[in-house]
Amino acid sequence: MTADLIRFFTTNWIGQAIVIVAQCLAVTIPLLVAVAYMTYVDRKVWASIQLRRGPNVVGPFGLLQPMADGLKLVLKETIVPSSANGVLFIIAPMIAFMTALVAWAVVPFDDGWVIADINVGILYLFAISSLGVYGIIIAGWASNSKYAFLGALRSAAQMVSYEVSIGFVLITVLLCVGSLNLSKVVLAQSGWFFNWFWLPLLPMFVIFFVSALAETNRTPFDLPMSEAELVAGFHTEYSAMTFGLFFLGEYANMILLSALGAVLFLGGWMSPIPYAPFTWVPGIVWFAFKIAFLLFIFSWTKGTLPRYRYDQLMRLGWKVFLPVSLGWVVLTAAVLQFGGWVPKL
Amino acid sequence: MILQALAFYVFAFVVMASAAMVVVSRNPVYSVLFLILAFFNAAALFVLIGAEFIAMILVIVYVGAVAVLFLFVVMMLDINLTELREGFLKYLPVGALIGLVLLAEILLGLGVIGGGTTSLTGLDKATPQVIAIDNTRAIGRVLYTQYFYLFQVAGLVLLVAMIGAIVLTLRTRPGVRRQRVSEQLYRPKGDAVTVVKVPTRGGV
Repeated sequence: MTADLIRFFTTNWIGQAIVIVAQCLAVTIPLLVAVAYMTYVDRKVWASIQLRRGPNVVGPFGLLQPMADGLKLVLKETIVPSSANGVLFIIAPMIAFMTALVAWAVVPFDDGWVIADINVGILYLFAISSLGVYGIIIAGWASNSKYAFLGALRSAAQMVSYEVSIGFVLITVLLCVGSLNLSKVVLAQSGWFFNWFWLPLLPMFVIFFVSALAETNRTPFDLPMSEAELVAGFHTEYSAMTFGLFFLGEYANMILLSALGAVLFLGGWMSPIPYAPFTWVPGIVWFAFKIAFLLFIFSWTKGTLPRYRYDQLMRLGWKVFLPVSLGWVVLTAAVLQFGGWVPKL
Repeated sequence: MILQALAFYVFAFVVMASAAMVVVSRNPVYSVLFLILAFFNAAALFVLIGAEFIAMILVIVYVGAVAVLFLFVVMMLDINLTELREGFLKYLPVGALIGLVLLAEILLGLGVIGGGTTSLTGLDKATPQVIAIDNTRAIGRVLYTQYFYLFQVAGLVLLVAMIGAIVLTLRTRPGVRRQRVSEQLYRPKGDAVTVVKVPTRGGV
């Protein structure tokens, strides 16, 4: 009986299709729940920073607040402005949301727990994250509104600029690993928590985190939706679930970049101390802790820092991060080459 | 196997259709979006033949960077649709000629017409057996050894293009007030902020 079942799921193409769909659901459903509760945690953290209580009415401790918000977004009317470009207006939030989800296919949750264990995992993540900008820029153009358009232009320039420094950060990490496979990136960091790449590559970790803030349009880099000048930036004209998709996409992207940070610099599923009882804890729990830690820093920054000026943002990207990260790539390559630490190919 | 063939035909059809739409569509923004779709499906075709590195680089470089800048520029243009259509018939013969020349070059290069044997003997060097070695490594091995000078020259060409673009657009205007970042950073704190100690839960 079990042998039959195993044969059905491994050889029969219907069985394989069922397995693939189940794997996708096993990643996306927890992810969407995480996104929902990230909005709750975000609001709670800001509330604590500002000495407020935060959401506390719907359900115990306000725990059902994300569900109520989601329900409200679904039930509201979707308004398409009469002068907007109908098709692109609807497609844009879908692109923004989908690009945030498909990237999860290559993220390793534990040893071997990955949907697609491909050889070019880092490049795939980089390629997909560079697609996220299309949702925003198409939204800005299709809305036919000056605020939305200005927000989209700012966002496109910002994301393209900070992708350059993220690219160099990825290059440094893969110089130390010798592979583009994300599981191998994690395995290369095995051992104590000071063996993880955050310590040897500390400047790159900082650059990665700040660029991640800019990539996800979060404070202090939330100029694409700076409410003081642009109403709500690129999603000014969006309502109901079309807005909801942008919102979910933004949070899914934050979680994705935190997961990427955890994989690249915080040892992925590895436990910080490589001895029992720490190694008894399943890897996925450590991974979730690391993601949660980075996400907390995301909320903390948003609650603390004021917004950058646009010229400062561009200066930081091109005149500070680009030279520093480029220099660090050269330095890392030199140290690996002359220190004899080049990873075996 | 049948799934792969099906995938190939779907991707190939979308590439051809969206490439045609790039030329045909009236709105330049649609053209760029169809161009992006064509790039994306071409990347999928690369994945199908096992050239995953080229596929990812195609998406990162062309879709992620070049097409964003295209879209950026095209969206900001004040487009007159009727004027754009006027040149279509005038340039059609030239375009068709260029297309034919490119097609002939591809067919000659692959040995479909003329030679009979494929002239691109180095072709399989770049994509060896997928199981034996992943193609990121394979490309790296020939790119930084055999083709090192050509690689450097390609970099120089891009540098020249970049400097050229900067020289063309650089202009010095009198009376521009610049941001002096060092001055801004070295301004003493007392000039800008006053610190008030607020008792917790007491307010200002």
